[in-house]
Amino acid sequence: MSASEAPRVIPAAAVPLHRQLGVTDFELDEIRARLGRDPNDLELAMFSVMWSEHCSYKSSKVLLRTLPTAGPDVVAGPGENAGVVSIGDGLAVAFKLESHNHPSAVEPYQGAATGVGGILRDIFTMGARPIAVLDGLKFGDPAAPRTRHLVRGVVRGVGGYGNCVGVPTIGGELVFHPSYGGNPLVNVMAVGLLEERHLTRAVAPGPGNLAVLFGSATGRDGIGGASVLASATFGEDDPSKRPSVQVGDPFAEKLLIEASLELIQRGLVEGLQDLGAAGITCAVSETADRAGTGILVDLDAIPRREEGMAPFEVMISESQERMLAIVRPQRLDEVVEVCGRWGVPAAVIGRVTDDGLVTVVTGGVDDRGMPRPATEVLAAIPAAALTSDAIVYDRPAQHPTHRRLAPAPGAPESASDHLPVRGMDPGAVLRGLLGSPNLGSRAWVTTQYDATVGSDTVEASERAAGILRIKGTSKGLACATDAVAGVGAFDPYLGAALAVAECSRNVLVTGARPLGVTNCLNFGDPEKPEAFWQLSEAVRGVGDACRALGLPVTGGNVSLYNESPDGRIVPTAQIGVVGVLDDVERRVTPRFRQAGDIVVLLGEAVPGLAGSEYAALAGSAVEERLPSLDLAREAALQAMILAAARAGVLASAQDVGGGGLAVALAECAMWGGVGARLSLRVSAEPAVELFGESPSRIVVTVRPADLPRLAALAAEHGIPLEPLGEVGGDRLQIELVGGGAAGAAEERGANVADALDCALAALRHAWEQALPRALGDDEFTPPPGDG
Amino acid sequence: MRVGVVVFPGSNCDRDALHAARLAGAEAVPLWHETPDLRGAGLVILPGGFAYGDYLRAGVLARFSPIMAAVRDHAARGGLVLGICNGFQVLAEAGLVPGALLRNASLRFEHRWVRLSVERRDTPFTRAVPEGMLLRMPVAHGEGCYYLPDADLDRLEASGQVLFRYAAPEGNPNGSLHDIAGVLDAGGRVCGLMPHPERAAEALLGSDDGLLLLRSVVESTADGIPRVSAPR
Repeated sequence: MSASEAPRVIPAAAVPLHRQLGVTDFELDEIRARLGRDPNDLELAMFSVMWSEHCSYKSSKVLLRTLPTAGPDVVAGPGENAGVVSIGDGLAVAFKLESHNHPSAVEPYQGAATGVGGILRDIFTMGARPIAVLDGLKFGDPAAPRTRHLVRGVVRGVGGYGNCVGVPTIGGELVFHPSYGGNPLVNVMAVGLLEERHLTRAVAPGPGNLAVLFGSATGRDGIGGASVLASATFGEDDPSKRPSVQVGDPFAEKLLIEASLELIQRGLVEGLQDLGAAGITCAVSETADRAGTGILVDLDAIPRREEGMAPFEVMISESQERMLAIVRPQRLDEVVEVCGRWGVPAAVIGRVTDDGLVTVVTGGVDDRGMPRPATEVLAAIPAAALTSDAIVYDRPAQHPTHRRLAPAPGAPESASDHLPVRGMDPGAVLRGLLGSPNLGSRAWVTTQYDATVGSDTVEASERAAGILRIKGTSKGLACATDAVAGVGAFDPYLGAALAVAECSRNVLVTGARPLGVTNCLNFGDPEKPEAFWQLSEAVRGVGDACRALGLPVTGGNVSLYNESPDGRIVPTAQIGVVGVLDDVERRVTPRFRQAGDIVVLLGEAVPGLAGSEYAALAGSAVEERLPSLDLAREAALQAMILAAARAGVLASAQDVGGGGLAVALAECAMWGGVGARLSLRVSAEPAVELFGESPSRIVVTVRPADLPRLAALAAEHGIPLEPLGEVGGDRLQIELVGGGAAGAAEERGANVADALDCALAALRHAWEQALPRALGDDEFTPPPGDG
Repeated sequence: MRVGVVVFPGSNCDRDALHAARLAGAEAVPLWHETPDLRGAGLVILPGGFAYGDYLRAGVLARFSPIMAAVRDHAARGGLVLGICNGFQVLAEAGLVPGALLRNASLRFEHRWVRLSVERRDTPFTRAVPEGMLLRMPVAHGEGCYYLPDADLDRLEASGQVLFRYAAPEGNPNGSLHDIAGVLDAGGRVCGLMPHPERAAEALLGSDDGLLLLRSVVESTADGIPRVSAPR
């Protein structure tokens, strides 16, 4: 073994190499313990990327183990490239959320584009054809020039990649919150469809099998992306990190998709793994470790796109659009033929061994792919030491001393005294909310995304679930992604649990049965006890909500160190849910349908405006009451809405989310092109009922004849039900009634209406102009018709 | 009637076009770009996507594909060719239809549902479209702004080669001159359009207006109706 004598690959400097690579002194000792010797420089580089937070989940593993992962529909759970759930008839869906936050902060177009590319590879690696993308985007103040630069670049990047590979972007969310100013979040969810018999795992079984690298050649891009970018907070020297951002080529990815799926469908591969973070090192060590084998890599056989690359650069490069296939020797010719037809270069770069080691050699191998006497061994590391036996931390968590945000300078001390619904037209508040960047039309974004390629898109929406049909069946697929950052800022447990509840509710209101959950946990520096507490609370919230709602977590991603000189992001648990519709023709949409239909509120409001869009609009960060979430009640509501949808009772259904009941009603009316005449019982503070975001509420419409059936279902499930009025006209009119309204009338004075009364055209105008105005784009033409 | 759909590397609407052609009642087969054999197709569709990654310029590389020689011969013999989106760009680059597709006036990719007026119903592509009907279908492109120099544009209009125009209320999504969404070649047998009729082939997906175009072709040849007159 000459591993320890390998030449130095990185110049010595005053700071020891391991620390330059982000490996702590303690971790170096742990590496020594696993090797039984000192690592050489190449091995240290390989450890540094594999033991990075991004690849190893070293800080979050202890928490993620607590999540429920079992369920009757689960085909593949965490630990694979993507979760897979069965939708019946031999078909299954692969889906996963992943972040590309830090690359997008440095280079928004390429960061976002390669984020899409990376998550798509996770999907087709499982044998699934990607059929949908959804994006969860978070930025700071939309008026800030840097935010505008980031938004434009990220949206162009998501579109540029997805549009070119031909996968429709059918939903997502775009949220502005000041805490993301220095550290935007770019989370991308991808969904794929496969025949269960084609399920492919990322394993390297069978010593003697060949390791075939296909796709783009390996270059210097993305060196140390996992460790440099994803696993450290941002400082002032960001431009120096630009070389760590990968560059995407969606055309190459499109060819890679077709080649990979053909290889799988023809049964030519024993295992398949995409190359993402930590590049070849990650792919060979993970596939070998999962199969209990080793892999010997012939460094000289790896195709390069530039001269003079050092061994560590080749081994940890994150060049995009590459795949590793494990192939039986007798199938190699066919594999090369398939790749060749798609114009995808393929090269045998190594061989599966039975020694459990990732071995990197140079100087040639014999016909069997084994080292010759003259071959130099550059690295020899137990595969497990890089992956399943990597270091795991149980970090200290500390409850912050002050949970509530301090009032901003100049902000009113008691916000509720200044909430604008008092002494103001509630219609003006509604127009203000619809015209705010977080609740306005997303058309500025969605017109840049191809939502119809693939000829499966039934609904594309950024404020409800996207729906696809499954060709050749009557089935449909509903997909949504949500985060509840506003509440997460106050209470990370509640924010995460609410996100699970809201996301599954968004899927359920279409009539789809949710099958599983993916998540992307975006948090700060886990080495800071307060940030780790936020993460642990959020994981607890996701787990509790999933258990209560009977949803397995099938996979996800953790993004830590989301901090900048401006501070830490608010805790953000981005949740993704997919659900199946047995008959897509019977889907339910949010749109009001027919004059005379009865508008009904299911569930009831509990007081509380903290973290709401209303509170944000009112300039308030102070509020004593957060919305409360009763998971048993939420589960009952979800069961009831599914039963109602399946019974064919619902004419429309919309989750009450951001902006509260008034915004949900306005959306149903604007999108349906028909208004409503309603009356609502309110308390002394009508803003709670109109704009509060207390969860577990759904607005539905039914034909008058169906109201008794709806009421019976509500009673059966113990769900409060309140008929509000009926669909009709071209205005949204909500009369405010009840003791609260009467009592408040005097206080509000004679000039204030006890009703919300807005022309749909005015609501639509405010809604359409929100985002272009917030981003300072006065050339955008909103599409007519529904958004 | 057999419909052949060319698969270039980077085509991404080839499967959609095959699906829609079958819905229109045709037998549909993929045609691999490296093989100059149209497999007996009466209609050849150049589908949407990003052939060869749209590197250099949309459509400019695809026209050198081996199959394009066969497509050219097919068109020269009076065979039908339909280029959709990227396929229109390829046809324009290959000189099989007049005009050029420039970057959208907004300088952005535009995915929108649009409405098309049908300028002529006496063509193989439009004979099944009812009089006065506007066709609703999506556009999805970054380079769809139809351009011709003024004099050529006048000739194009005079010769009846403008087949589709963007209509209200959605209007023109990309700044195309004269709101042109689709054109014919001089012989009236080759059609290029930016919107996606193949994605508007089922009411479930929002519209089945696009199916009328494919049905026009399938029915015009299937029932033995003689070749329709060339443009004026």
